[in-house]
Amino acid sequence: MSRSEVSYLEGRQPHARERRLVFRNIDRVGWSTALSDYLADGGYEALKSAFGRPPADIVDEVKRSGLRGRGGAGFPTGVKWGFINPQNPKPVYLICNADESEPGTFKDRYILHQDPHQLLEGMIISCFAVGAHLAYIYIREEFPEGARILERALAEARSHGFLGKNILGTGFDLEIYVHRGAGAYICGEETGLIESLEGKRPYPRIKPPYFPAALGLYMCPTIVNNVETLCNVKHIIRMGGEAFARLGTPGNTGTRILCVSGDVQKPGYFEIEVGKITMGELLNDLCGGPKPGRNFKAVIPGGSSAKVLRAGERFRIKRGDEQVEIGLEDIPMDFDTLMSCGTMAGSGGVIVLDDSRSMPWVLHNINAFYSHESCGQCTPCREGSLWMEKITGRMIAGGGVPADVATLNSVADQIAGRTICAFGEACAWPTQSFVLKFREEFEACTDPANLAQPANPEREAQRRYLHPA
Amino acid sequence: MDIPRELAERIDEAISHYPVMKRSAALPVLHLLQEHFGYLTANAVEWTASRLGLEPINIHELVTFYPGFRQTAPGRWHIRVCRTLSCAMAGSHDLMDRLCRLTGIDRDSTSHDHPFAVSPDGRFSIEFAECLASCGTGPVCLVNDDFHEKVTADRAEALLQHYAQ
Ligand SMILES: Cc1cc2nc3c(=O)[nH]c(=O)nc-3n(C[C@H](O)[C@H](O)[C@H](O)COP(=O)(O)O)c2cc1C
Ligand code: SF4
Ligand code: FES
Repeated sequence: MSRSEVSYLEGRQPHARERRLVFRNIDRVGWSTALSDYLADGGYEALKSAFGRPPADIVDEVKRSGLRGRGGAGFPTGVKWGFINPQNPKPVYLICNADESEPGTFKDRYILHQDPHQLLEGMIISCFAVGAHLAYIYIREEFPEGARILERALAEARSHGFLGKNILGTGFDLEIYVHRGAGAYICGEETGLIESLEGKRPYPRIKPPYFPAALGLYMCPTIVNNVETLCNVKHIIRMGGEAFARLGTPGNTGTRILCVSGDVQKPGYFEIEVGKITMGELLNDLCGGPKPGRNFKAVIPGGSSAKVLRAGERFRIKRGDEQVEIGLEDIPMDFDTLMSCGTMAGSGGVIVLDDSRSMPWVLHNINAFYSHESCGQCTPCREGSLWMEKITGRMIAGGGVPADVATLNSVADQIAGRTICAFGEACAWPTQSFVLKFREEFEACTDPANLAQPANPEREAQRRYLHPA
Repeated sequence: MDIPRELAERIDEAISHYPVMKRSAALPVLHLLQEHFGYLTANAVEWTASRLGLEPINIHELVTFYPGFRQTAPGRWHIRVCRTLSCAMAGSHDLMDRLCRLTGIDRDSTSHDHPFAVSPDGRFSIEFAECLASCGTGPVCLVNDDFHEKVTADRAEALLQHYAQ
């Protein structure tokens, strides 16, 4: 397989600590979305080798790779595929989740806009493995150019016999279509996505019984995977599951793309081996550290739904057989460690906040997102997300009362665990963690002494939490 | 409803992508109609419903749910500024204020159900959008289908001028 040397655009070179697999062609000099570029680089060779093997073999290869979903939950992909009952008489569908809408996440965008054939190759292999003959790419509406690029790539793939009937003479048939969303975050939740793809409001379905692998699109077994996950499948077939599993750390294999935004010198995307770098290395070495004169105050490590981590906080994690205590900057960026630190790796979106930020203001921005995006099916989520927004809104406007801090927390507590879909947790976790870890800021901005007019200059330090950063 | 032939063909093509259930074509058909007419009227809703063999309510409930569908006419250039955290920290709310001031748009007239406002000359309309998945290059915005990055408030005027021609 010819895989030529790659050079990158000026100012966009990958950091030395990166390991570019899925993002190999992002910002590449002389690279376009055309099939000819992809073929010249050894494209669709992995597909050809996959076709030479029984589908069950491909599923085993993906199981061996240890690949975990990159969309948010980190569920093992091979295990998910294994849930498709081979004896099931219904058609099987595959859906690529290209809704990318978790705040802080910006990785699928680049794959869709710069390397569409990598995604298609991964999808075709995955469809072959699970026996799907019809697949959709559910792409968010705000990627109009991405949708056009995908349409063109699909047409090229069809005309080269990578799609359609009897693909490459194997007897395998597959059609893939692009389906555009319409600006609703909840369409990223896989069962909401499926409802949306059926032409309905994207109201998530309750699990059980509606696990997509059993009762998905049109009530048939359906695999939903994230864009990055499906791209990884191509590399697993290209290099072998065991070689893939040697990347990263045990249980947290391969690479993943971390997206860093907020208060760092050099925000951006970085493809790293999972767990091979720490939060501190990511923020200081890859992202250039805090802005001049500033210090890190907090990090939201896996998209805005992930619980916030506070600088100076100590975490107890297991290292080998030992319990060790580590600080924020020592956390290796992998699924399991972030979970034992009480948060999650989620979608890979790392949002950094420095000491210029008011945490009530930050939380209010997040709350406004969730109250706007709640689908409204479940009372705790619909009403609770709105109340959390109202409370943080009046807090930062100077209209809060001391009881608001406890009320805010109790509203969040009454959402998590009481809803149809995981949006309930997603909207409760920010409030729960912000109030727990930055209580003094919430208390300061609801303390009548701080709200007294005219302003008491000695209270300025406290009053700053009232104002937008 | 006057559906030109070319649009009708694109709609037929879109429907053919859903061999299992025609209803699945609801969003694509609405997108095509909105692209052509600028927004979705009650007529468009009824037309879509009958084209897909559904009741109008089945389509109306989509138009009212999805923020991507509009029930009133936007400006010639419809601007969507990212409201969410990383862009807000990079100054997207200042950008929104500046754009409104420069275009003479009064956002006080907006609400959850009427999220955007149009400039007096009809050239621009503006609304906030939630995270546009480019948080590392904020503030970001969409102008119709064009995506713009690092649009701080001081670049607002140049952005508008680009479309004023
Ligand atoms: C509220 C909510 C929003 C989600 N948004 C996305 C999204 O934008 N993109 C995505 O790939 N997964 C998203 N997910 C996760 C999906 O439900 C699903 O787990 C994922 O697409 C599975 O793919 P994976 O196993 O490859 O990660 C979201 C989940 C929830 C609860
Ligand atoms: S938890 Fe929220 S988003 Fe999920 S189904 Fe219930 S109301 Fe909808
Ligand atoms: S916060 Fe603006 S693009 Fe994500």
